[in-house]
Amino acid sequence: MTKLVHNELLKLFRKKKLFVALLIVAILVPMFTYAQYEQSKATISKTGNTDWRARLQQEIVDTTNRLGSSGIQGDYKKFLKIRLSQQQYYLDHNIDPKAPGAPTFMRIFLENAIDLLLPLLIMIVASDLVSSELSGGTIKLLLTRPVKRWKILLSKYIALLLSVSFIVTGTAILTYVLSGIVFGYSGWQLPMLTGFSTQGEELITQNVHLIPQWHYLFMELGLVWFVCLIVGTLTFMLSVLLRSTAAVMGIMLASLISGAILANMVSSWESAKYLFMVNLKLTSYISGMSPPIEGMSLGFSMSVLTIWAFVALVLSFIVFTKRDVY
Amino acid sequence: MTYALSVKNLKKTIGKKEIIKGVSFDVSPGEVFGFLGPNGAGKTTTIRMIVGLIKPSSGSILIGGKDLQSSFTEAMKDLGCIVENPELYPYLTGYENLEHFARMDPSISKERLPEVIKLVEMENRIHDKVRTYSLGMRQRLGIAQALLGNPKLLILDEPTNGLDPAGIREMREFIRFLAVKEKLAVLVSSHLLSEIQLMCDSVAILSKGKVVSVDSVQSLLARQERMIWHVSPHEKGKKLLQQVTSVEEHDHTLLTPYDETLVSAWNRMLIEHGVEIKEMKKRLPALEDLFLELTGGETID
Repeated sequence: MTKLVHNELLKLFRKKKLFVALLIVAILVPMFTYAQYEQSKATISKTGNTDWRARLQQEIVDTTNRLGSSGIQGDYKKFLKIRLSQQQYYLDHNIDPKAPGAPTFMRIFLENAIDLLLPLLIMIVASDLVSSELSGGTIKLLLTRPVKRWKILLSKYIALLLSVSFIVTGTAILTYVLSGIVFGYSGWQLPMLTGFSTQGEELITQNVHLIPQWHYLFMELGLVWFVCLIVGTLTFMLSVLLRSTAAVMGIMLASLISGAILANMVSSWESAKYLFMVNLKLTSYISGMSPPIEGMSLGFSMSVLTIWAFVALVLSFIVFTKRDVY
Repeated sequence: MTYALSVKNLKKTIGKKEIIKGVSFDVSPGEVFGFLGPNGAGKTTTIRMIVGLIKPSSGSILIGGKDLQSSFTEAMKDLGCIVENPELYPYLTGYENLEHFARMDPSISKERLPEVIKLVEMENRIHDKVRTYSLGMRQRLGIAQALLGNPKLLILDEPTNGLDPAGIREMREFIRFLAVKEKLAVLVSSHLLSEIQLMCDSVAILSKGKVVSVDSVQSLLARQERMIWHVSPHEKGKKLLQQVTSVEEHDHTLLTPYDETLVSAWNRMLIEHGVEIKEMKKRLPALEDLFLELTGGETID
């Protein structure tokens, strides 16, 4: 089995897939770092001082003003109210939510990349794992070896697991190292709030507690890894089912983007919470953002994603072992 | 003696349509076995069933006496194949491709790689990327990977497809070499009759999913020898010949089966009845005629 995984990793490596994925991160991170840098400069010039308390107070005023204006719909209002109570909590407990530093940048980056950017990077690797063998005809050589088909597919899946882990770790290291050049590398011990839950319009702060930022980051990285694994598995299934890598990419891209769009409009369509793509933003549960649909929680989203991935995996193995190759 | 390959009553049904309607044949060690049929006769489907890419609906495939369905891994150890074009990984070098496939079979030793590379004479280019190879080199690398596991049975689907005349000849000699010197059983499919005629010991002719004939190339060709008669008066000659044998008419000539002793007797008979014989010749045997006859004139290309 190790030899089979070795083969798969060699092919991935030679196709420069992992390299491309990390290159994209390496190009984007300086961009985001610069954007973040400019933004903090802008907020400073707006508030007129470098005091984060004043900035946070300003933010609370902004949010309250937006709440007061008439054109706001019910759902958005609900979100703003939750946001407001969270900001107030930070202020009361003397915590700067946007304290600069590479770990903080990393946290913000991961929170924003979890539902689209990182899944896209995973797709680069997963989309042609099987479909390229089908379209290239090499599947005929691969399946006429004295190796059972399920072993071949399993070796590919293990290679995918390793690549997902590699990309997530690589992204974390790259963001930390690159953004640290501008923001400095401190901030691991910064206290972070977690344990938020929402019930209707209420932000339940009952279980809220402080953890150091490194702990918080590891939790987030775990969730990011989990989401990437799920997206990887779904892409893997499509790659088994479809001959064309472009079709695999297209379908995954459409569902990921539709997830981002749906998250903003499905609050009344309750059964949409069983779709995998609206469940991807797992990090918002620990940072205390309101879920797109009422009744969704971290446990619920993770279960939904696990079921999707499990079904995809079973389907992949059945199709791959039974299929006639023409 | 166990056959290198034994196929019994192989069937494949797709939907409601029966594509392969009970194919049976055996290949002995050291034999080059031709698989001949027009496009769509079921050659490729049958070959893909033998190499395990397609699951048969019924029937059995024994490779070196081992059943492909029940002991897949053991059976596949004795099989090397190229199905249609040898599609290797273009972004790897020839050597890496061979290493890749060698890793998939623990019984392949490290020393085997240089051996097969030497056998197909690829030493000079083996460390270049496959995407830079010509079709002939890909074909040779394909054979190298097929021979990696020291197979007892080699299956080549259309091995000369797309090769230039020199390449075709080289391939033919190489296949004969493998059969004679290495005692390999080789199953070769082709739609080119001349190929099969030159390369194979035995041949199975496939048409519409059925084997219509299995025989050695020699006896198949002997069956096909014909005598061409050009006689005058035509009608009288035809009637006389029809009394003793089967006669076909073709462009004012008469065609009869060829048999050394009988032909001279028929000749005498015609002369005795006052029929003038203007021309009399033996037609060179060709698999093509037999093929057309057996497949009922199905078109080939």
